[in-house]
Amino acid sequence: MISFLLSRAVQAIATMLMVTLIAFVLFRYVGDPVNQMVGIETSLADRAKLREDLGLNDPMPVQYARFLVRAARFDFGTSYQQKESVAVLIGARLPATLELSLISVVFAIAAGVPLGVLAGLHPRSLAARAFMALSLLGVSLPTFLIGILLIFVFSVHLGWLPSFGRGQTVQIGGWSTGLLTASGWRSIILPAITLGLFQMTLIMRLVRAEIMEVLRTDYIKFARARGLPDRIVHFGHALRNTLIPVITVTGLQIGSIIAFSIITETVFQWPGMGLLFLQAVQNADVPVMAAYLMLIAALFVTINLAVDLLYMAVDPRIRIGRAAA
Amino acid sequence: MTDLLTLTDLVVDIPHRRGTLRAIDGVSLSIARGEVLGLVGESGAGKSMIGNAVIGLLARPAHVAGGEIWLGDRRIDRLAPHQMRQLRGRRIGMIFQDPQTSLNPLMRIGDQLVETIRLHRPMPAAGARTEAIRLLDEVGIPAPEERMAYWPHQFSGGQRQRIVIALALAGEPELIIADEPTTALDVSVQAQIIRLLKRLCADRGVAVMLITHDMGVIAETADRVCVLYAGRVAETGPVTEVLSRPRHPYTVGLMDAIPSLDPARGEPGVATLRQIPGAMPSIAARPSGCAFHPRCASATPDCARVRPDPRPAGRSEVACPVCAPTHEDAAS
Amino acid sequence: MTRVTRALDSDLMYSFRRTPGAMIAAALSCALILGAVLAPVIAPHDPFDPSGLSILDNFLPPAWDAAGDPRFLLGTEDQGRDLLSAMLYGLRVSLAVGFASVIFALILGVTLGLIAGYAGGWADNLIMRAADIQMTFPAILIALLLAGIFRGTAAHGASGAGPLALLVFSIGLSFWVQYARTVRGSVLIEANREYVLAARLIGISAPAILIRHILPNVMGPVLVIATINLALAIIIEATLSFLGVGVPPGSPSLGTLIRVGNDYLFSGEWWITLFPGAVLGVLALSVNLFGDWLRDALNPRLG
Repeated sequence: MISFLLSRAVQAIATMLMVTLIAFVLFRYVGDPVNQMVGIETSLADRAKLREDLGLNDPMPVQYARFLVRAARFDFGTSYQQKESVAVLIGARLPATLELSLISVVFAIAAGVPLGVLAGLHPRSLAARAFMALSLLGVSLPTFLIGILLIFVFSVHLGWLPSFGRGQTVQIGGWSTGLLTASGWRSIILPAITLGLFQMTLIMRLVRAEIMEVLRTDYIKFARARGLPDRIVHFGHALRNTLIPVITVTGLQIGSIIAFSIITETVFQWPGMGLLFLQAVQNADVPVMAAYLMLIAALFVTINLAVDLLYMAVDPRIRIGRAAA
Repeated sequence: MTDLLTLTDLVVDIPHRRGTLRAIDGVSLSIARGEVLGLVGESGAGKSMIGNAVIGLLARPAHVAGGEIWLGDRRIDRLAPHQMRQLRGRRIGMIFQDPQTSLNPLMRIGDQLVETIRLHRPMPAAGARTEAIRLLDEVGIPAPEERMAYWPHQFSGGQRQRIVIALALAGEPELIIADEPTTALDVSVQAQIIRLLKRLCADRGVAVMLITHDMGVIAETADRVCVLYAGRVAETGPVTEVLSRPRHPYTVGLMDAIPSLDPARGEPGVATLRQIPGAMPSIAARPSGCAFHPRCASATPDCARVRPDPRPAGRSEVACPVCAPTHEDAAS
Repeated sequence: MTRVTRALDSDLMYSFRRTPGAMIAAALSCALILGAVLAPVIAPHDPFDPSGLSILDNFLPPAWDAAGDPRFLLGTEDQGRDLLSAMLYGLRVSLAVGFASVIFALILGVTLGLIAGYAGGWADNLIMRAADIQMTFPAILIALLLAGIFRGTAAHGASGAGPLALLVFSIGLSFWVQYARTVRGSVLIEANREYVLAARLIGISAPAILIRHILPNVMGPVLVIATINLALAIIIEATLSFLGVGVPPGSPSLGTLIRVGNDYLFSGEWWITLFPGAVLGVLALSVNLFGDWLRDALNPRLG
């Protein structure tokens, strides 16, 4: 077990190194930092001096090391576009993205698991087949299209829910939350569903497949042969065996949700990190891109590692191993 | 006294896209109370399917398409699902081949035992726990009180099968269907488990339908044996008689094929390995008349036309009008 | 039995004929592909011909609406272009980029998989490490990043084959891993078989062995992956175009059309977004359905 953890940790570090390297190359070599900072009139001599002062003529490993150290201190430089510290920009947008992601995950699990269980226990029922057909929509339609459709129905046509922004937010310390106001909640519903729909259908299909798989096992057959009623077989035995892979997949999907928030935030003009990143891509604002990349990578890697640990904690076969017979 | 289990002309069909396959083609057998009946045959002969049919756990789309199954004086093949469920564990128990997969890996064995005990014999949790420990001890698990909290993967294969037996007996059934209970175990452990099963059932007066392809297990454990071929019964009779004086040509072939170190059999000085030429037909291509006739050395033209009914011969019943002579007759 | 009748009678075709969903999906996909291929022929107008355009024709609703114009069946967009024609050409771009990306990913992934499986050693290690690292991130993120990088380095607002090729490259690069892993697995199994050892003994070179002997045996699962990935590629391209970092403005895809229309959703010109959206949805859905069915039908366990 220790060796497994170690290899995962090594992989995590390797990933981070790779990503930071890419981010550094991006940062340093895509576009010209000096040109971004000065006006057209600045003389060549002044530019050269600036280059020297910024340490842009130092050997690459040195620059890379400096980059890493600064990144560790959350100093990501200054945005080309907005002339502000990247860290500050991202920090201001972080709560919006995290709240949206959280509500999406809650929605995906709260809707996906029960529907999946239903579809798995009674696969031939009308409800199950209808849900599976609808789930295909959730998996096939691109996120932005779902968002647009929801906006069209609920904002344009029915006028029930707003189509952009976070509504009213409340500032608690450094965190601005939209979850304490009614308008905040009304604003988060459509984006959360849009963002979470793909995950929800994924979870639903996974739970269904897992339950059907488990119901085919010998131990379920033996449980039935002992006379255990369906209710206990389904919820006492089958369900708990289903949940482990579901936990794993769901955990891994959290990172995906944060990445997909780029799209949802664009459709709903949600002022989060994703929208910031997209604007950076459109304007070739490299410092922001590089910083976002590293943050996301760190997040992914951490989540993956956490899921591995959780998996170990939950499955007794891995936790305890074989005792003397 | 009526037999405990009676199968009359049981038919099990499996609908398939190219037609319907008849897996069990009119099988009749009976098990008396407390008796051990061995159900023997090659893979694909249909033994497991008979077991599944009796306990009502045939995997869809297989289903009972004809015949009757009687438990005591109650017909059970047409029961509603919830009525069938009440029989399982309490009157009929079943144990399966692979102890590795028979126990829920995410549930402590103590919990699995207590759950089953309380289902069939309502009692407070503490009482069920005591009973579970007693059962574990009876099946030979050392330090049972400690082991209640263990997970299945912490036991060896043989121990897991013992726990499976304990679980099957927890409901105090009258009949246990044992589907190849030792096939997946180490040879050294097989004998222990089969003897344990036999002893526990004899102590409790529980009848056993012992499904296996291993003649050795039959010889040691069963009172009577039923030989299956291609979904039909070839021969049924007391173990001593069928094994020492097989009558049906297939049974003769089976007994002959058992390797023997006895130089008296076969040609002097030469130990030969005999086999029945050909192979058992698949249920999709059953020969006409007697299913064995293409491989039978004593077949007559009639054998290809008329399906033979079981007829009494000695203390057995044989489905063969010709009936191969026994070894004693040939040797004398 | 001839090969055709044997193929038609196979389990695969049997499953196909019994699954109405698969048949509908296949039919829809074919219809859309046909529409895209024949776009220059069947489109009522040429959306790229400036002389045929009149800005006065813009924002016309679909023909069945009172204010509509029978010349423009599904209405016009903000520049006065016929929406139906624009959609047909957009479908063309979407499908072209989708197919090209899948083919690129397939070639790249299969090649790397073959190398990793056959050569083993440090090559295998390197490729698999890279795969692991890439798998940590969703495809869309990688595609977005690459698209962004190319924007930063290449000339802004360029049109033509260059940016399209880069787009195909970005999208394809985001999902080569599945192919590589599958092929590598198959190669590891096949490479130990007698026919490969025999070929090596005769002296056939490694690439020849890989291509002529091992490759045919590993292509089955690869094709299933490709079918499923096609839907993914189409969606990624549409998303990138919607976000404004996809196809260059000169060759709008369905995603581009949706983005243009999004601006006018609230002012009432709903058709500019919804019709391309519907076509994109149907396309993605039918390709996905078909891929799903294909994977289930070829899965031995579920039989």
